[in-house]
Amino acid sequence: MAWFVLGKCLRAVGALWIVLTLTFFALRTSGDPALAMLPPDWPPDAIAAYKERWGLDRPLPEQYATYLLKLARGDFGNSFRNNAVVLDEVMRRVPKTLSMMLAALAVTVTVGVGAGIAAALRRGARLDRILMALSVAFYSVPNFFLGVLLILLFSVYLGLLPTSGSETWSHLVLPALTLGLSGAAVFARVTRAALLDTLRQPYLAAAQARGLSWPRVVSTHAMPNAAIPIVTLTGLTLGGLIGGAVVTEAIFAWPGVGRLLVISVENRDLPMVQAIVVLIAVTMVVSNLVVDMLYAWLDPRIRLGGER
Amino acid sequence: MAAPAEDRPRVALQDVTHRYPVARRRLFERRRHLTAVDNISLRIGAGETLALVGESGCGKSTVGRIALGLLRPTQGAARLDGAPVLSLDRRERGRRAQLVFQHPFAALDPRMRIGPQLAEPLILQGLRDRDDIAARVATALTSVGLDAALRDRYPHQLSGGQAQRVVIARALTLDPSFLVLDEPLSALDVSVQAQIVNLLRELQAARAMSFLFISHDLRVVDYLADRVAVMHLGRIVEEGPKDQVFRRPAHPYTQALLAAIPKPPTVARDAPEADASDPRTGDPPDLLDPPDGCAFRPRCPLRRDVCRETPPPLQRLQDRRRVACHAASDGVASPSGD
Repeated sequence: MAWFVLGKCLRAVGALWIVLTLTFFALRTSGDPALAMLPPDWPPDAIAAYKERWGLDRPLPEQYATYLLKLARGDFGNSFRNNAVVLDEVMRRVPKTLSMMLAALAVTVTVGVGAGIAAALRRGARLDRILMALSVAFYSVPNFFLGVLLILLFSVYLGLLPTSGSETWSHLVLPALTLGLSGAAVFARVTRAALLDTLRQPYLAAAQARGLSWPRVVSTHAMPNAAIPIVTLTGLTLGGLIGGAVVTEAIFAWPGVGRLLVISVENRDLPMVQAIVVLIAVTMVVSNLVVDMLYAWLDPRIRLGGER
Repeated sequence: MAAPAEDRPRVALQDVTHRYPVARRRLFERRRHLTAVDNISLRIGAGETLALVGESGCGKSTVGRIALGLLRPTQGAARLDGAPVLSLDRRERGRRAQLVFQHPFAALDPRMRIGPQLAEPLILQGLRDRDDIAARVATALTSVGLDAALRDRYPHQLSGGQAQRVVIARALTLDPSFLVLDEPLSALDVSVQAQIVNLLRELQAARAMSFLFISHDLRVVDYLADRVAVMHLGRIVEEGPKDQVFRRPAHPYTQALLAAIPKPPTVARDAPEADASDPRTGDPPDLLDPPDGCAFRPRCPLRRDVCRETPPPLQRLQDRRRVACHAASDGVASPSGD
């Protein structure tokens, strides 16, 4: 088990290195930040001074080496835009985005898995058909549109929830729903399919024949075995949530990392973009690591391999 | 060996019919039903093995599930020791009747170690003492010829034969009086099959259990069964003591099944030869749109006009045997007559 964890961690570090290398070169070969940041009528010597100031005049490999060395000391650099320390700026916004993402993930998992179980247990009945129709609907609606609909319904007509801002818990509800419901639709379908597949297994008939009540058959034997695709999906969904957060933060004026990313890309604020991309990559890598650990816990065949 | 059918058999199915609704292929299509089990009555005495044979999809497994109370039949009822099985408390039902499956690995929860899987029914029956449970799990494993240390393994760490023994051990932990064996051997190697067959015979002799043995392997049936019921498209077409059914099959379908066995020990001497209109060459009719009259007619070498109009009733042909065939009840297909 220790080797299993260690191996996974080493691979995670490797994945991170690949991501930050690709980001570094992609950003630097796709346009000149000095031209984007400075007014077009600036004199060439001023532009040259700007480039020198940020080290943009050095050869790419040298820039890359400097970047890695600084990164190793935890220094993400300063913003081209306002000279702010990038790490501080990003970390100040991380809790906001994280709280929205976790709330959205909670919506996705609880609503999605709940609806999926209900649909599977009532297969073919009216409830199943209604839930699956809703699932198609929520999956099809883009989240900027869903956000506007939710604002109209809950803020404008019902007056229950605020339209924007991030001060209180009630501010979190609409962004979490906007970001979480389309994921919930996917979860509902996957959960339903996984559970239906498991319900066909003879060991469930055997459990029933032993005299277990149906709810216990489902909760102790069916759900743990149906959980594997759901766990996979959770890992993948986290990545999608970060992308969705950019849009959702824009709709609800949420002061998170997503908005910062949009502003920084517009300005070609390279250190800021790099830091955010690395942050996103870390999130993905860590969540995948957690998913792999969960697999091992859920499925002894993975944990024990071919051991006999 | 064969216990006679008593007044109150261990297991009794009375006029059982089961229909499954079929998914509509087109919108607005009338909902259709598939009759998996069509008006079946069976009895199994204490310590007796009834083999249910027939080709895939004929409804054998559905009969097993109904007998266990896992499935509510559309019509009719299954009784266990005289009481309707569906009226029994699920724990009580689990104590009396258990089942063993074709695929042992599919019958075991892949996430649970063997020990907890065997302990689960005991805990459910109210056992709380850990030592007592551990001792009974160990006994269950040794009673099927396994090492008690296997309790710490996961199912995927077992061989097929070991897994099937575990499934049998699990079925036996509650000491049931009735066991449904749904093709328990067909997923196993031949050498392992022989071990399991012998194990089943020993267990039955030691505990006077009743078996409903569902199989399409007539050689194993020949070895294990006291009585045989032949199913075709949801109906019993022939039923009686094994020796009679195997030596002098009365129904043309039974004859075809027997003729299809490579070398059955009992039958080889005087089995009828398959003729030109060999039923094995035909497919079974569409279950959703069964033919009028006798369902076996399209494949039957003995078909006549009456078979087109009237489905043959299951009639007592001679002592302790029932056959559903117009030709057989006239004595044509049955060399020994009435």
